[in-house]
Amino acid sequence: MEKKKSKQRLLLELCGILLGLLWLSPFYLMVVNAFKTKLEIFTNTTKLPATWTFDNFTQAFKELAFLKTFMNSLILSVVSIAIILFFSAMAAYALSRNKSKLSGVIFFLFVAAMLIPFQSVMIPLVSLFGKMNALNFYGLMFMYLGFGCSLSIFLYYGALKGIPKSLDEAATIDGCNKFQVFWYIILPMLKPISVTVAILNIIWIWNDYLLPSLVISGAGTDTIPLKLFLFFGQYTKQWHLALAGLTISIIPVIVFYLLAQKQIIKGVSEGAVK
Amino acid sequence: MKNKDVSFWLFLAPVLFALSAVVLIPLLFGVYYSFTNWNGISYTEFLGLDNYVNVLKNEAFRNALWFTVKFCVASVIVINIMGLGLAMLVTTKIKSRNILRTVFFMPNLIGGLILGFIWQFVFVNVFSAIGKATGIGWLQGWLSDSTTGFWGMVILMSWQMAGYIMIIYIAYLENVPGELLEAADIDGANHWQKFRNITFPLIMPAFTVSMFLTLSNAFKIYDQNLSLTNGGPYDSTTMVAMDIVNTAFKFNMMATAQAKAIIFFIIVAIISLTQVYINKKREVEM
Repeated sequence: MEKKKSKQRLLLELCGILLGLLWLSPFYLMVVNAFKTKLEIFTNTTKLPATWTFDNFTQAFKELAFLKTFMNSLILSVVSIAIILFFSAMAAYALSRNKSKLSGVIFFLFVAAMLIPFQSVMIPLVSLFGKMNALNFYGLMFMYLGFGCSLSIFLYYGALKGIPKSLDEAATIDGCNKFQVFWYIILPMLKPISVTVAILNIIWIWNDYLLPSLVISGAGTDTIPLKLFLFFGQYTKQWHLALAGLTISIIPVIVFYLLAQKQIIKGVSEGAVK
Repeated sequence: MKNKDVSFWLFLAPVLFALSAVVLIPLLFGVYYSFTNWNGISYTEFLGLDNYVNVLKNEAFRNALWFTVKFCVASVIVINIMGLGLAMLVTTKIKSRNILRTVFFMPNLIGGLILGFIWQFVFVNVFSAIGKATGIGWLQGWLSDSTTGFWGMVILMSWQMAGYIMIIYIAYLENVPGELLEAADIDGANHWQKFRNITFPLIMPAFTVSMFLTLSNAFKIYDQNLSLTNGGPYDSTTMVAMDIVNTAFKFNMMATAQAKAIIFFIIVAIISLTQVYINKKREVEM
């Protein structure tokens, strides 16, 4: 019985490892071919390169203006997320501390807005912001607040239900005004859920292509997805450069994942079972 | 905080303003524009339902819708079977379970655009190289017709999302009480009986969550479609989201595109509301 069990486990272990390798194979193919010459990719697609060349990376790095592009993505994501976290937490706090019917209706409005897919508001949105000359980097951050606040308020609201009102009252007696209560007492207590909200938003904003392509394309503030798309159009069938560009673009995400893996997986599963 | 408190409204003002300007007002305008001959800037005529009639008669849109529906069905099935399978694998006591979780989830963090480009290389170059070396015919010519384009999209989507769905199933699987399974062991139940009669009923809620998540994600897919096939060959793999974007920003038919967008909204809303309804019903039953 025991022997049979350990044999079974060994088999399962083997299956798991094979499946894991299969799962990683697209990344493997991307990386090894990024080190090959244009010609070698066609003669030797699956094996390690005969001679490793770094030229593809240097050129892709230059063509993508990678440092600048990376900074654009970083600034856009970090500022948008700071805005989303701050204003959503504040709104969720106000809604959770007001039990009136109107407050319930407003909360419902935010939740209902989650049903609206991006494509159904995209065209009037671009037209409206175009008329106000707001199709730029700052306009984009504001749009992310509009699209990101619903889920964020929803998650904050759930967490705020667990924070007793007596805490607010005690702080008020000590002389805090409403904003001070929020800033000094409530916000620090919301830290765990803030991590979740931040992670869910960063995955989406960092990778977003369609909205930035409509709002900031060609304005000199291209993010990684935008630049990569242009780069790809320019170098169709030049896979040695394209794959090097893809590899460079993925590295920051992988580093982030390996550093914050626990929080990411926790955040994603919390966000999914909403 | 009370309704008449200034602070209540001050706390809400930024998000209310953003949500209205970015989502609610554009949606209302969008509904209205879809009944006119709007060209993106102005309109001269109120057309009633004409745009909708044209859209529903439009073959490109109907093809896109049909392709999307087929894609959703295939993806939902494949992703859920794979997600559950992976979750069951990594909740066994194998040594590599933690690293495997990391590996399976990884594609989910990377943008659809990038993943699509990687798989374009895999399908076109790697598949044909392997096909040539081994003489397997069906590995040739991937993404050059609508069938391989379709399965290419399904494979890409499954690879990206299975790890995500796995995480959801893991959460539920880890809540299945060990005593129940042990008791079944003592009663002489085999693996399949234990799964069928204990695990499966207990993870049913995960099933609903995962199914709808996959469904709505698959229905709204755009980036992967753009980077893997770009709708080709001959628009045969264009999905609804891409059709809307193309109608608006390639062909500049704004009112038509907006009518398509409203139909898109209605379908997505129906999917989500069905899920809410099922969840509510289950809560009552429990």
